[in-house]
Amino acid sequence: MTDYRQKYKMTPVVGWLLNDRGGMTLLAILIAAAILVPVGNLLVPESSAFHVPTWMVSLLGKYLCYALLALSVDLIWGFCGILSLGHGAFFALGGYAMGMYLMRQIGDRGVYGDPILPDFMVFLNWKELPWYWYGFDMFWFAIVMAMFVPGLLAFVFGFLAFRSRVTGVYLSIITQAMTYALLLAFFRNDMGFGGNNGLTDFKDLLGFSLQSDGTRAGLFVASCVFLGLCYIVARGITQSRLGKVLIAIRDAESRVRFTGYRVEYYKLFVFTVSAVMAGIAGALYVPQVGIINPGEFAPALSIEIVIWVAVGGRGTLYGAVLGAFIVNYAKTFFTGVMPDFWLFFLGGLFIAVTLFLPKGVIGAVPAFGAADRQSLFTTWRKRVAERRANEGGKA
Amino acid sequence: MRNDILSVLRRSPFSMCKMHEIATRVMGALGFVVVLAAFVPDTAQAFSDEELRNIAEQLDDKSATKKVAVIEEMAADGDPRVAPILKAMLDGDLYVRDSDEHVVIATKKGKVYTHIDIVSGEVAGESSSKELSKIKINNRLRGALRDALATLNLFSPDLAVRSAAVEQIMDARDPAMLPLLLRAIDREEDETLLARMQLAEATMALAAGETTDERLAAIAVLASETTPQIRAVLSQFVSSAEAEGYQPEVVAAAKDALASVERRLSTWQTVGDVYRGISLGSVLLLAAVGLAITFGVMGVINMAHGEMIMIGAYTTFVVQQALAPFLSSGSAWSLAISVPAAFLVAGAVGVVIERCVIRFLYGRPLETLLATWGVSLVLQQAIRSIFGATNQQVTAPDFMSGAIEFSTGLVLTYNRLWIILFSVIVVAGIAAVLRYTAFGLQMRAVTQNRRMAGSVGIRTGYVDALTFGLGSGIAGIAGVALSQISNVSPNLGQTYIIDSFMVVVFGGVGNLWGTVLGAFSLGIVNKFLEPMAGAVLAKIFVLIALILFIQKRPKGLFALKGRAVEA
Repeated sequence: MTDYRQKYKMTPVVGWLLNDRGGMTLLAILIAAAILVPVGNLLVPESSAFHVPTWMVSLLGKYLCYALLALSVDLIWGFCGILSLGHGAFFALGGYAMGMYLMRQIGDRGVYGDPILPDFMVFLNWKELPWYWYGFDMFWFAIVMAMFVPGLLAFVFGFLAFRSRVTGVYLSIITQAMTYALLLAFFRNDMGFGGNNGLTDFKDLLGFSLQSDGTRAGLFVASCVFLGLCYIVARGITQSRLGKVLIAIRDAESRVRFTGYRVEYYKLFVFTVSAVMAGIAGALYVPQVGIINPGEFAPALSIEIVIWVAVGGRGTLYGAVLGAFIVNYAKTFFTGVMPDFWLFFLGGLFIAVTLFLPKGVIGAVPAFGAADRQSLFTTWRKRVAERRANEGGKA
Repeated sequence: MRNDILSVLRRSPFSMCKMHEIATRVMGALGFVVVLAAFVPDTAQAFSDEELRNIAEQLDDKSATKKVAVIEEMAADGDPRVAPILKAMLDGDLYVRDSDEHVVIATKKGKVYTHIDIVSGEVAGESSSKELSKIKINNRLRGALRDALATLNLFSPDLAVRSAAVEQIMDARDPAMLPLLLRAIDREEDETLLARMQLAEATMALAAGETTDERLAAIAVLASETTPQIRAVLSQFVSSAEAEGYQPEVVAAAKDALASVERRLSTWQTVGDVYRGISLGSVLLLAAVGLAITFGVMGVINMAHGEMIMIGAYTTFVVQQALAPFLSSGSAWSLAISVPAAFLVAGAVGVVIERCVIRFLYGRPLETLLATWGVSLVLQQAIRSIFGATNQQVTAPDFMSGAIEFSTGLVLTYNRLWIILFSVIVVAGIAAVLRYTAFGLQMRAVTQNRRMAGSVGIRTGYVDALTFGLGSGIAGIAGVALSQISNVSPNLGQTYIIDSFMVVVFGGVGNLWGTVLGAFSLGIVNKFLEPMAGAVLAKIFVLIALILFIQKRPKGLFALKGRAVEA
């Protein structure tokens, strides 16, 4: 591959972007989609074969949010070895922040017509807005909160966990415990987030009706833009010197620590950034699907995110995006055609990808240079031999 | 019989004011009752036929207040013939016959009413509805009738009916019942019930007592009891003491008594919390102990562990269905067969999973986690496809239903007790297998030093498979136990998986006793928090506490000591 950095002496940013074939492809597709899909939806007449129906705009928008979420997981799992089974929590928190704004926007158009209180609070006989709902009538505040709250949680959680060197499986289990605790908490009506019904019945966003095609197309474009931006940020992090340290931590944490790096700070930084991205994904997701409820905190969903990354190809960033699209398209397809088969498929996917495609779909495509074209059989023979050696050496 | 006379005399101030409107004839009759009762021991045939008829006729009075008075009057007597009359009145079967103005119980059959004489209890003619006029009752009368029937039940020959009546009187705490209760006490032969009756007497005497001494005596009786009911009685007395103007020494004694009852009740409350905690802990232990082997000993993160529990529960269901034609319901045999069956089925599934999936992933715990999660989804969906998504009913055998109840409000259900016992047996069994069998020895050898174990001729792959099978089989056994207390559904495993991991991580990996301690301490902490914060918040607190605990001791309570650095 040509090293464009050498060839054109470009600034580093452009250099590592051009060096990244998958990333360039992804960004090109995103730009194309951001232009073609709204045009196909709004300008092309319905009779035309090129017309994009509104439901498809929403569906693709939803996939883009999932892709952003997968990207955030790949950033920590693929590049720092942190397997978070609780990333759905950050996604849902971002979603709740946006949901609270949309709730406040309903105003007196709710069933009970209270100008301040959302319907469920009137229903619960609450007299005034809880303090943590203040400010959510302002869009900028909600957006800041959608990033700040997940980021803060990740910072506190990560600070505690990484400082005391909770790693590997233990970290996975406590992240799962975290999202489970939040699931239970948000199910409570007393929390003031609508209990198990969550927040729904949204009317408009910044004055634009959520039902109109124009708003939906706008949200789609926003999703494309944010996915593209977050990709560039993530790519920038992984290509920087800091990114090199992260990869070193992934591969041999103790050695990096012995070399004098404060491993926990690196991990904490990337974990927080990743949580903020997940929060953004949640905030984009909620107006497009029209509801946020505690179900988004379910540990099972958080584990599913990991498989999106694994299917696409861990440690490539664009692979995560691809994986999110593949798995979610399969989900839409199977749950529509044969719902009983979906879990078999998903379960089989977990098994097959971990056993046979450790580098994901991307790894199987030679053009991306990741695949070592050994047969699957030799790969696992080699791995078994390695493991035998490791086990022996360890004891 | 001295008590009978006494009772009437004692009753007089209360009854008098209620009965002032009753004719003197009735008062005369009462006097007669006393005399009569003195001569007819233990039969309580208090009314003469004529008096019974006369007083029953007054039930047809227009004033409800008077009717209540009459009902109380009749009930207070203890005549066994009164109960059917009042019962009939409550059911709306009591009529006045137009022909002779007699009160009769009439039962309808088609259009014909059969009359039963209230005095003799025999059939006394038939008629259509036209010749009868119904004695009307309202809700106030219904209440009075029920209370009256309760009093009458005090003299029932059936012990169960009598004790139920005593409980009802305790709850009602109507001072008017006191005389009757005293008579019942005099006659009661059952020791336990007698004690209850005396307690009931004390609760009433507390408020109704005449003198300081009587009240103090009542308080002394009450103070020796430990039930929530008595606490309510005493606290009500203390709070109303000022308004009623009781003697200061009585109030002080009542306060002391209340404090001591509360102290003892709170001790019992603690005992109850500990028991519930141990009960929850034993469930957690059963769910987690298989994981302690697969995760703790082998280092394999088996996310399909919950599904092994589910498979065990479904095996129980299938065994029960298969044996249903041969066994009577509630037989313990189906459960006895389910335990080995669940062990074998879940164990076999475990071995298959180990051979087909997990063995390729040793040394890569995160991949194992994902692959076994996939396995769990497949198993869940498979069960859902075979048995449907709805809950299946597993009936508990007879020896597991029922409960031991203490008067202090503590209830120990037998199924929980058996599960506690069962979990102890299972853990002891595993400990024995690991410690004393050849397989246990090989297993420990392989986990300590795989190469060396292989060198001395242990088939390490074979031991891996069997160890995983053992862990899964134990989970299957846990499923048998859990099928007795929770729903058997495809989601059964999901509810326990996170808790199980928490227990193992808390207790410390690779240590069976850590798991035991972890399960029981999590269970007890959870149950102690529950009364304060509610079930959901308690669980959230425990999860947060665990997350914080892992920061402090990343390897659990009992970490394996060593200098190994993780790769």
